[in-house]
Amino acid sequence: MGVKVRPFECWDDFKKYRMEYYRNYLEAKENGSIRWAGSAWAFDPVPAGLGEDVYPLTGEPYGATAAFFRDFSMRALETIERKGAARDLCGYMRNYWGSVAMDKYLLADGAEIEPFPKPDFNFTIHICCTHAKWYHYAAELEGGVPTYAVDISVGPGYLLNDKKIEYVVRQLEDAIQWMEKVTGREYDDELLIRAVENEARSMTLWSKICKLNQNTPAPMEEKSMFSFYVMTLLRRSDEKIVKLYEKLYKEVESRVKRGIGALTQEQFRFVTDNPPPWPFLKVYRYLEENYGAVSVGSIYTFGLGAAWLGMDEKGENWIWEPAPTPEEAGYEIHDRRSALWWTAMFNLKYRASWQHEYSHWIRKQETYQMVKDWKADAIIMHLNRGCELWNMSTLEVRDYLVRNGVSVATYEGNMADPREFDEARTFNVIDSFMQSLGIEKLT
Amino acid sequence: MVVAGIDVGSKMAKVVIMDGDRNILSYVMARTGTDHGKTSEEVLNEALEKAGLKREDLEKIVATGFGKISVPFADDEVTQVIAAGKGAYFVRPSARTVIEVGAEESRAISLDENGNVKDFALADKCAAGAGSFVDAMIRYLEVTPEEFGQLALKATRAIPMNAQCVVFAESEVVSLLHSNVPKAEISRAIHDAIADRVIAIARRLDIRDDVLLIGGLANDIGFIESMKRELGKDVYVPEDYPPELVPAIGAALSAVQGVR
Repeated sequence: MGVKVRPFECWDDFKKYRMEYYRNYLEAKENGSIRWAGSAWAFDPVPAGLGEDVYPLTGEPYGATAAFFRDFSMRALETIERKGAARDLCGYMRNYWGSVAMDKYLLADGAEIEPFPKPDFNFTIHICCTHAKWYHYAAELEGGVPTYAVDISVGPGYLLNDKKIEYVVRQLEDAIQWMEKVTGREYDDELLIRAVENEARSMTLWSKICKLNQNTPAPMEEKSMFSFYVMTLLRRSDEKIVKLYEKLYKEVESRVKRGIGALTQEQFRFVTDNPPPWPFLKVYRYLEENYGAVSVGSIYTFGLGAAWLGMDEKGENWIWEPAPTPEEAGYEIHDRRSALWWTAMFNLKYRASWQHEYSHWIRKQETYQMVKDWKADAIIMHLNRGCELWNMSTLEVRDYLVRNGVSVATYEGNMADPREFDEARTFNVIDSFMQSLGIEKLT
Repeated sequence: MVVAGIDVGSKMAKVVIMDGDRNILSYVMARTGTDHGKTSEEVLNEALEKAGLKREDLEKIVATGFGKISVPFADDEVTQVIAAGKGAYFVRPSARTVIEVGAEESRAISLDENGNVKDFALADKCAAGAGSFVDAMIRYLEVTPEEFGQLALKATRAIPMNAQCVVFAESEVVSLLHSNVPKAEISRAIHDAIADRVIAIARRLDIRDDVLLIGGLANDIGFIESMKRELGKDVYVPEDYPPELVPAIGAALSAVQGVR
């Protein structure tokens, strides 16, 4: 007998928020509101202190949305290449720059709007070779936009100390003064405090939701998770996001209790690692339909927007358990400094996707433990030409997993450049992998 | 019981007729051409004729290769990796690493002691480490494929080829020719370059003895020598059958197993 499946009841709420998000950014200036652009990894609660009418546009999700709409993406990529951008740069960034260079803005449903809405300022972080430069060049393309980048490269969370946190906190304090200057607005610390609390709540809620996918049958498949997890990368400090995740958590919990799964027949579970090839999410569909294979998560969907305990104090084992909120940790946020201290510490210590950028050992433990905790039969790794940072150490991780008895398949592609994906070869890899594991196609 | 395995590659179509005791009754190899369906029909009929059999004698036909979907009469398909793995174990049971270099693709496969595929890695998107690259270079050097392999053995020094792409490599070869570099040295440079690229793929796996080389390029003595040199290991090629026939043998073995 097959597994019961059912569409998510809160699906439309998430979709509505995403539509509103891009539209709010577009229409902000009509109402005298503020808009800022930057990495989805930037300290989102910090600009929130400028007012309740401050709207962000985070670059990576925008680049992924552009990639999903292949025709738009092709035009954007070709436009920016004509301006001299190399094809081996970040795929998200090239879609974003191309969009700015074409002066066309994309809404979540693929509608194209002219002109591209210029932000009041760019606010980003500097962890990889791309993030700060992304907005330096975007600012140039837009004819000059004030830009501020926070350096967060202080090492992995388990080696964090007060001095390192202080280094980031001081940059955030400076950023607030800078924001006041470039926007002419007075900063509201109460709004910052609320935003910092919301950030922690939305990120830990997403961790708890991810944990529920350890159940069999898996209540969520990764394609759906792509639509859910992205909220933490759009505006995680927004109270509406907290409410959305509370709703989703209850629903996923109920699906687990009632045995509602993601697929009618789950005969194979796997995890992935890198950003997916957004223009070709049919890879997941192919696995589901042909092999009853469900992706139960990835370092990407779990690691970007969720908060996890991460490496233990000795730096030996990875712990996939939700990080504490300020309330759970008994930490009281009462002023600007304590708010900035918490958001700096919380992101530096518990944001999983920041940890493995420092060490392939961390990435190995993180991945291996994910395979075990989510009871995956295998990992399917995307050798992603679109992101140097995420692709770093991928093959070392692959070797480590193979040596430790994990079945691994790899395919090449690009998260955001449709020209770098070979559909037939990828399906061939999947078929070969499944046949080598003795997994029969569903009849 | 009699079955057929058919491998439709980008350059050659190969068919093997096998009985239930895994004896190869006949085989045929021919240029794939542009009409894959027609070619596969022709090679199958020729192989049946060689074996003194009729089409209705076949209990099962299994196809593999990039053109497997163009074999309308196949009962089943098997991926190239599985076919190559099964065929490799059949021709050399001691092989644990199989490297296949075909016209357009190259791949490496790890086998366990029972011949099961443990792991594999494929070249992607680039013909620089495959047979088409060699075809292009042979045209530029104006030699036959046999001469091309033999030439490399006569080289007195190794010169590097820097280009990572067929298009640029062609231009590099032309430059070397214009600089009066002997063809023997250019031939060795080309073979070394391909071996480099193929070994880079194989290094994604744990390369273990013994290494079996299959696919069309395994006919090229210059390439075999380059592989031995670069790997620092002995490299074997099938002794009883052409190296490019191995995946078709694997497809036939899949058919035998399926019928059983």
